[in-house]
Amino acid sequence: MTVLRPETQYATLAQQGEAAQLGMWAFLATEVLFFGGLIFTYFIYRAAYPADFANAARDTELWCGSVNAALLVTSSLSMVLAIEAAAMGRQRAVLFWLGITAVLGIAFLAIKGYEYAADYRHQLVPALNFLLKPGYRPPGELFWIFYFTATGLHAIHLTIGVALVLLMLVRARIGTIGPLYYAPLEVVGLYWSFVDIVWLFLFPALYLPGRG
Amino acid sequence: MTAVAIDLPATYLTERQTVGSWLLTRDHKRIALLFFASITFFFFIGGFAATLIRLHLVTPQGGLLQPDIYNRMFTIHGIVMVWFFLIPAIPTTLGNFLVPLMIGAHDLAFPRLNLASWYVFNLSGVLLLYMLLMGGVDTGWTFYTPFSTAYANGYVTAAAVTVFINGFSTIMTALNFVVTIHRLRAPGMYWSRLPLFIWAIYATSLVMLLATPVLAMTLLLIGLERLMGVGIFDPALGGDPLLFQHMFWFYSHPAVYIMILPAMGLVSEIVACFARKPIFGYTGMTYALLAIAVISFLVWGHHMFTAGISLFSGIVFSLMSFLVAVPSAIKVFNWTATLHKGSIAFDAPMLYALGFVGLFTMGGLTGLMVATLALDVHLTDTYFVIAHFHYIMVGGAVSAYFGGLHYWWPKITGRLYPEIWARAAAILMFLGFNLTFFPQFILGYLGMPRRYYAYAPELQVWNVLSSAGASILAIAYLMPLVYLTWSLLRGRHASPNPWLATGLEWQTSSPPPKENFARTPNVTTEPYHYDPETGACIAQNGTACA
Amino acid sequence: MAETGQWVPFWPKTSALSGDRVNTLFIAELVLCAAILALVFGLIWVFCIRYRRGNPVPRSALGEKSWVFEIGWTAATLTGFLGLFVWGAGMYVWLYKPPAADLEIFIVGKQWMWKVEHPGGQREIDELHVPVGKTVRLVMASQDVIHSFFIPEFRLKHDVVPGTLETMWFRPTETGNFTIECSEFCGTEHAHMGGQIVVMEPAAYTGWLTHQGVNLSLAQQGEALFRQHGCSGCHDANSTVHAPLLTGLYGSLVHLSDGSVVRADEKYIRDCILIPRTFTVAGYPPVMPSFAGQLGEDEIMKLIAYIQSLSPAAASREESTR
Repeated sequence: MTVLRPETQYATLAQQGEAAQLGMWAFLATEVLFFGGLIFTYFIYRAAYPADFANAARDTELWCGSVNAALLVTSSLSMVLAIEAAAMGRQRAVLFWLGITAVLGIAFLAIKGYEYAADYRHQLVPALNFLLKPGYRPPGELFWIFYFTATGLHAIHLTIGVALVLLMLVRARIGTIGPLYYAPLEVVGLYWSFVDIVWLFLFPALYLPGRG
Repeated sequence: MTAVAIDLPATYLTERQTVGSWLLTRDHKRIALLFFASITFFFFIGGFAATLIRLHLVTPQGGLLQPDIYNRMFTIHGIVMVWFFLIPAIPTTLGNFLVPLMIGAHDLAFPRLNLASWYVFNLSGVLLLYMLLMGGVDTGWTFYTPFSTAYANGYVTAAAVTVFINGFSTIMTALNFVVTIHRLRAPGMYWSRLPLFIWAIYATSLVMLLATPVLAMTLLLIGLERLMGVGIFDPALGGDPLLFQHMFWFYSHPAVYIMILPAMGLVSEIVACFARKPIFGYTGMTYALLAIAVISFLVWGHHMFTAGISLFSGIVFSLMSFLVAVPSAIKVFNWTATLHKGSIAFDAPMLYALGFVGLFTMGGLTGLMVATLALDVHLTDTYFVIAHFHYIMVGGAVSAYFGGLHYWWPKITGRLYPEIWARAAAILMFLGFNLTFFPQFILGYLGMPRRYYAYAPELQVWNVLSSAGASILAIAYLMPLVYLTWSLLRGRHASPNPWLATGLEWQTSSPPPKENFARTPNVTTEPYHYDPETGACIAQNGTACA
Repeated sequence: MAETGQWVPFWPKTSALSGDRVNTLFIAELVLCAAILALVFGLIWVFCIRYRRGNPVPRSALGEKSWVFEIGWTAATLTGFLGLFVWGAGMYVWLYKPPAADLEIFIVGKQWMWKVEHPGGQREIDELHVPVGKTVRLVMASQDVIHSFFIPEFRLKHDVVPGTLETMWFRPTETGNFTIECSEFCGTEHAHMGGQIVVMEPAAYTGWLTHQGVNLSLAQQGEALFRQHGCSGCHDANSTVHAPLLTGLYGSLVHLSDGSVVRADEKYIRDCILIPRTFTVAGYPPVMPSFAGQLGEDEIMKLIAYIQSLSPAAASREESTR
């Protein structure tokens, strides 16, 4: 078993763990403002062109967005269960729940990839393959710009999250994460929950207009 | 008799000297020096652009630079000075070096993140240089649409990506400071005992964390619009150019407070030490810093009074702009009151600090004028605004930065700088600065707009005076380059506490050892425990300053 | 360029109603700021001399109650600032809220010139002739990027933003030439996008108007465009399409289908022509096509002038300027 020691600037592992968590909260605050800026701009234009945005939003693949929302919410649960298992020293449970989390995240990305391909086939990708369909006006293309920017950024964040979860899996396997010190797991958990919450904002904003 | 070898204790400078040990260091003190090198490099690039601008403006119809080149010059001057000098300078050099020392910690909370911040900064710098060499950009540092997205011929997207990456460096540094100040204070270092520089860095870091991401998103959207030809901000495609301005200024106004808050913290440290007196109204000063940080987010519309926003919006933003000036005024009064019944010495750091108070006051008062709605209608987008913000940024922030560099030079390098030369440079900087920028107030009220490569002939006298001042200012900036370098080689060695100051950073060797303190200090005393009558002081760890 | 009559200008000429008022406020604020500066500098100077190290003056009895001072100077600062704010805000509203205008002139800014169109159809580039003593209202559009119409001697400016119309007013109080500058960076020749306002006696101004050799007024040109682009196909009493009639529209209140009420000003008319489907007038079908891309800013201004002429008040004013 590796002996864990805090870094030289920390007196105890507990202090190091608390610092790590505070750091993640601070980072998430910046992410809130980042996505917030985008969502704010999106809503400005949605208020300016309500009919066009609702019209364009109806062309999103609703089942993809909904299933993805369910996957992410479930993955947040599995993440929390992983953390709890770490606190209780149940190593195999940690690996199991982290694995579930990663699988759910990868499934999300797979569905997203399928969805992007479908959007491309339907010629809804601005600058790459976009056709202004009858009944669409230019603001409709603006909707799709926001759609790809927002979901694209989210997917990038999720990919990073999956990588972090896999990293945690490795660390749990080799023993640098255990009941004595599982702060990295909590930190990744915080990040994961944030990515989940962003989707819970994006899904109703992008998929549900016009489907009332 | 055997010879006794004297072992000089290892300092953070001497402990390992390979290139790798510097480029892969986790020591906040070394990282501070790495940043210092980068910042200084970009300062001279921005300064070079300014030199060309002032040389060009000596004659009314220009002649030195082609219009397109002139336009690229003022743009690059703005971009470099804002993002590659003013925003990072004090936090990444003095902040990185001093924050752990001042709070009694052995390093920052996330040393590897600190190093990464330097690499990200340099990545954005490389991209900036590439963009410059390819031809630059001419939109002004403000990138107003639709000019920047639909009309400009230049590397707008590259510029946007440069600043986007630069923003990550800012966020990483700020995050590090916030967590460090919360979690790594030495025992006894309560919030109410923190030196004002720490409070200033803390307030600055909060603003950096919350404002920079909005800039990132704005730049992302500009890049998208320019690359994909969609109408987010371009009215010809259904977008709103004013939306860009709102989003841009929502970041950029707090950004200017990011540039000034750390400087205010430095001034407090220096004034207390050289007046041998506690800063007047410590609590008021900390609340003022936090109030400035908060209110700074509520004033962005004052850049848009003539842009077509509603009269009501204008009124609200003007009111908030006046309110943000109140805590700044309180700080000026408190520094002045600190001098009362002090025991004042005029070493170079104090000259810079006093220069700050004077020039910041002038800049701040002219800020009231542009906050006054009816006056701003005339003054906005003229040289008056240029003079106003240069008084704050250059007269204020840069003066404080130089003051801080000199004050902590013995601690950082272990050497004393030559005092006479330093005082001469400080005075020359003050005089050169005023000659450069005071005529610009007059030019502005006379109606000379900003970003003009040519102007009416009767305005030439003021432009010539301004350019003359700029040459004096340039000398004043070059002098420290020379004598500070000289001091590294030939300066007298410094004792741990040459100024007899009270901060924890003076309770360790000059330069400090890698781990800052042999043992974690125990803090028992409030900051600035100076006695003006005797000149004596008690350091924050309870010992008499020696 | 305006003449200042001095070799080294220190203070700009002040003219027009706005110039005088803003100048007064500026001088008052300058004096106040100078006083504050003198106080701060004076105290620093005095303290630095009196309390310099080595000067044997008493420094003890430091137990001051700082709160009295701090509350005192905070309150004084706040009061002073609020006074300036109120004065400035009030004047701002006066500066930007146009009163009833005697004369309305359309301006289109483009890289790198100002195109001026008088209601009588007279056109100028980089020059604006106006009569003294009359309230002039400018309706401004940009054809490309953001510009800013700046008249330093009147202490007035307003940005000219593409995609919308901005208005500004002034009332000249003396004849003469006054500088125009562009004060929003707009590209290579931003520094040469200036001009002048030529204020004339009313008789001279009328003479100038007639000498421009113009046959059609702006409104008449707009009427021609109205027919040319098929607007009269729907907006005519005999049309089968149910479209709002435009007589009396300008200046009236319009009820939109979402329940809101807007005033039909120049901006409204411009939006109707360019982005008609973003709102609908109550009781009418949303079938008006957009003319975005088909009409330049000056043509839109002519159409606006024509629609203005269909309202009684505007029509009579137009008569008086011919």
